[in-house]
Amino acid sequence: MTETHSSGAGPAAAAQRVFALVLRYVYLLKGSWPRILELAYWPSIQIVLWGFISKHFTGEVSGAIEAAGALLAAVLLWDILFRGQLGYAISFLEEMWSRNLGQLFVSPLRPHEMVLALTVISLIRTLIGVLPAALLAIPLYAFSIFELGLPLLAFFVNLMVTSWALGLMVTATLLRVGLGAESVVWMVMFLIAPVSAIYYPVSVLPDWLQPVAWALPTAHVFEGMRAVLFDGVFRFDLLAGAMLLNLFYFALGAAIFMWSFRAARQRGLLHQTGE
Amino acid sequence: MSPVIDIRNLTKRFGDVAAVDGIDFTVESGSVTALLGANGAGKTTTIAILLGLLLPTSGTVRVLGEDMLRHRYRVLGRMNFSSPYFDLPQRLTVRQNLSVYARLYGVGDIDGRLSDLARDLDLVDLMERPFRGLSAGQKTRVMIAKAMVNEPELLLLDEPTASLDPDSADWIRGYLERYRAETGASILLASHNMAEVERLCDAVLMMRAGKITDRGSPQELIERYGRDTLEEVFLDIARGKGQGAHGKGQGAAA
Repeated sequence: MTETHSSGAGPAAAAQRVFALVLRYVYLLKGSWPRILELAYWPSIQIVLWGFISKHFTGEVSGAIEAAGALLAAVLLWDILFRGQLGYAISFLEEMWSRNLGQLFVSPLRPHEMVLALTVISLIRTLIGVLPAALLAIPLYAFSIFELGLPLLAFFVNLMVTSWALGLMVTATLLRVGLGAESVVWMVMFLIAPVSAIYYPVSVLPDWLQPVAWALPTAHVFEGMRAVLFDGVFRFDLLAGAMLLNLFYFALGAAIFMWSFRAARQRGLLHQTGE
Repeated sequence: MSPVIDIRNLTKRFGDVAAVDGIDFTVESGSVTALLGANGAGKTTTIAILLGLLLPTSGTVRVLGEDMLRHRYRVLGRMNFSSPYFDLPQRLTVRQNLSVYARLYGVGDIDGRLSDLARDLDLVDLMERPFRGLSAGQKTRVMIAKAMVNEPELLLLDEPTASLDPDSADWIRGYLERYRAETGASILLASHNMAEVERLCDAVLMMRAGKITDRGSPQELIERYGRDTLEEVFLDIARGKGQGAHGKGQGAAA
């Protein structure tokens, strides 16, 4: 027998396996232009729609120019969060739809390597989806989210990490419940949307709901965005809050995913990933 | 030489149901061993445990000298698997699918390995076609190619020729025979095709209701049960009839 395979241990072998799985999702995207189009379609439609709405209010209400900018920035940042989570969870769903999950887990691929590959493809899918919308807003509404500068990078990173934390929890649910729970992939973001202070400040929420909002990294990010746009201030306290909460939720998501993975191995769910 | 598979007192319970009930067996290096039994006998559960997909309730599982319950990643790269109950991503081409798995298994010369597999499994004209567009026989050949991508020392096959026409099935059996002869690999095979088992296998493990009810070479079992074919032996065991019920042989179970 010729020696064609490595021992499978070590960072180089792990990187190769992560790359292999990322490649699998890239092949899928490359081979399906409707998938790529769909990634960019919804964020672009959102920005066109909200752009015209904000343009309308700009002419009607005093002080609405800043608000219009905040609204468009919120739409784009919300899409980063939404697309990030979808990119993560749908890539996992692709394995269930194609009955490939069992094949992957009898290969040397470790669960944490799959998590890493899903985060990479989530990032790629988010950029494909949100970048065209962000670029579209520049000629259409004279609004460039890139003018936020470095704070935009901080917001982007934090929202991506939040989306991965949620993606971990959603995929953990899919592992436990199967395809019967696939609608959770689309629903979960709308569960936290009302308390994420996307389009309005946390102070708008009833007193009893405000602690819930502050317990989410998203509220810190969107309040931070408004501070930059309205006051020209980058609030490091909000950034620190978002980062700490993200650390907590990502660790929680990873723990739940690993717990579900073990439970799936106990119950025989990895080779029965249907409904 | 130590066995490539060594299972001791293996039990898997799902609630009150024992899918596998205290089984012991070994698979010798270089052998082709069949795991036979009716639907629900515990074959797929046993294979899933051997692959690390399923955790047993109790017992020990050693594969290629390693404890699968503690160190499965030391051996997963040296074994592989094929089953009609799993698939590959439908929209990827055959080459893309095999290339992804070659990377997952750490294959060094991917292009070379894929060329060899395409030639050996008659996939040359299919390599650029999407998996979803292939016939059942072609898909099975691709699944076998995926299972061979890392040149496994141990191959686990769950019904490798299920739903294939006789010609395609015969072709796959011939390929497996050649692979074993050339590499000395060990194969554990779950099958409902007794002619296939008689042709390929050195040893047979008969399962019923989660237990191993008998074992031996195909010829030994045929003689022991006083039957003419392994299919008749299978029917006797599946229907709970004891050995020797038909008069020819009275040998003891191993």
